[in-house]
Amino acid sequence: MRFKRLDEMFGFGMLGLSALLVVLILCVIIFDISAKGLSVINWEFLSGFPREGMTKGGIFPAIVGTIFVTLITTLFSIPLGVCAAIYISEYTREGTLTGIIRAAIRNLAGVPSIVYGLFGVALFVQGFRFGTSVLSAGLTLGLLTLPWIIATSEEALRAVPQSYREGALALGATKWQSIYTNVLPHAIPGILTGSILGLSRAAGETAPILFTGVAFSLPALPGSVFDQFMALPYHLYILSTQHHAIEQVKPLAYGTALVLIVLVFVMNLTAMIFRYRLRKKFQV
Amino acid sequence: MKKFLYKNKIITKDLSLFFGEKQVLEKINLNIPEHKVTAIIGPSGCGKSTLLRCINRMNDLIESSHIEGNILLDGRNIYENGADVVNIRRKIGMVFQRPNPFPKSIYNNVVYGLKVKGLRDKKRNTEIVERSLKNSGLWEEVKERLNNSALALSGGQQQRLCIARALAVEPEVILMDEPTSALDPASTLKIEELMGKLKERYTIILVTHNMQQAARVSDFTGFLYLGRLIEFDETSRIFTNPKEKLTENYISGRFG
Repeated sequence: MRFKRLDEMFGFGMLGLSALLVVLILCVIIFDISAKGLSVINWEFLSGFPREGMTKGGIFPAIVGTIFVTLITTLFSIPLGVCAAIYISEYTREGTLTGIIRAAIRNLAGVPSIVYGLFGVALFVQGFRFGTSVLSAGLTLGLLTLPWIIATSEEALRAVPQSYREGALALGATKWQSIYTNVLPHAIPGILTGSILGLSRAAGETAPILFTGVAFSLPALPGSVFDQFMALPYHLYILSTQHHAIEQVKPLAYGTALVLIVLVFVMNLTAMIFRYRLRKKFQV
Repeated sequence: MKKFLYKNKIITKDLSLFFGEKQVLEKINLNIPEHKVTAIIGPSGCGKSTLLRCINRMNDLIESSHIEGNILLDGRNIYENGADVVNIRRKIGMVFQRPNPFPKSIYNNVVYGLKVKGLRDKKRNTEIVERSLKNSGLWEEVKERLNNSALALSGGQQQRLCIARALAVEPEVILMDEPTSALDPASTLKIEELMGKLKERYTIILVTHNMQQAARVSDFTGFLYLGRLIEFDETSRIFTNPKEKLTENYISGRFG
């Protein structure tokens, strides 16, 4: 008996340790970046343009660019992804074709982001002649996010009890009515959470926007979706590897990283609040 | 099949149902008289719920299912090509085994069938909601809190809400799939009394594994065994003087 209990304690201990380690890694990252970057964060850093070869000034255009491009990504990928998920989960019959579609989506999620970048150049920049622009980059990031959105949306739809569908149909609802009024509302919290997690990943990507629209430095903010833009992850990449005075701009690089992390954190927080609100609303 | 002096609301003709290769129902010929409660009894897995779900085409949702034969509603085959499934389901309402209120308010549950039908007249809908809740015997218990969540009701109340929800669409037939199996005796009694009232205006088909319930509330009873309809007769006759040995064994509790 005693041995068994020791076993158990060891097991729980290991599991707890693993969980703790994960949290610890996150804490170390945040602490390290904050410690090195917090000193440069001030109003000028957040609201100014880079000056004197990026050794001074702020990252305002990169913040705006990242938000702008993520907005395009959102507008493109959420509607498309959710519709695809509804089709796959509610309308297709289980069979070879659905199996192939699902496998394709899963594999799409595994494609390296640089490959999406190249594909984006071929399709949006050259094919559709959108040029290197916010639009091309946003759509490329959208492609990257799609498999994520489809997979989480499908899961959320599947989690809605079958009795909601049957109950609605038995009352004379059409299939679309039962989905729209009785299935989708209950899947939306899950869909939103998954989607925003996917989008926050996309916001931090560098490779896909590298060839499709991001610029090293720009004198002005993008005025339309066909303009080039600056972005936080790329700015960070330049400051930490491509700059002529790397040591000098290191605090700025850490400051940029901190802003990027906070931006992503705010997005995730929004998702949480959204989900909480919606859950309360639909539970009535 | 024996003839009764009633108008038949629903007639099944050589109805067979397959799930993939497996035959679940075998050439069922059943006449359901109008404005009566018809009970379908039989041991678990005999196909009684499946039979019920054929009548409002709920088995259409199961991808591997395949049907042969006809079901006539007022003489019209509901499985004919181009039949309007939505319209059929409006005429043939259903109450499920487990109460399945939607996670909406009580009012919105009852009004659901009207809304999907495109009825938006608020005043008229409210009248229908009130009438349906009265007819299902729930009105007095919920009239003060129509905007509260339906999920806060007790199991028995939820089931009566589901009945009210079905009544609001003004069906002609109501299918009840073991509607009291998840309920306590007091709630069961209420629903059984309700069936007695409802049959004046609706035709009710009740699937139950509870023979006492069939004996208490139904006018006709069909005994289903291994996908075949063994016997169909007036309830009083089935329970006192069954013709088939199998029926007798089942109702006397020798198997089940």
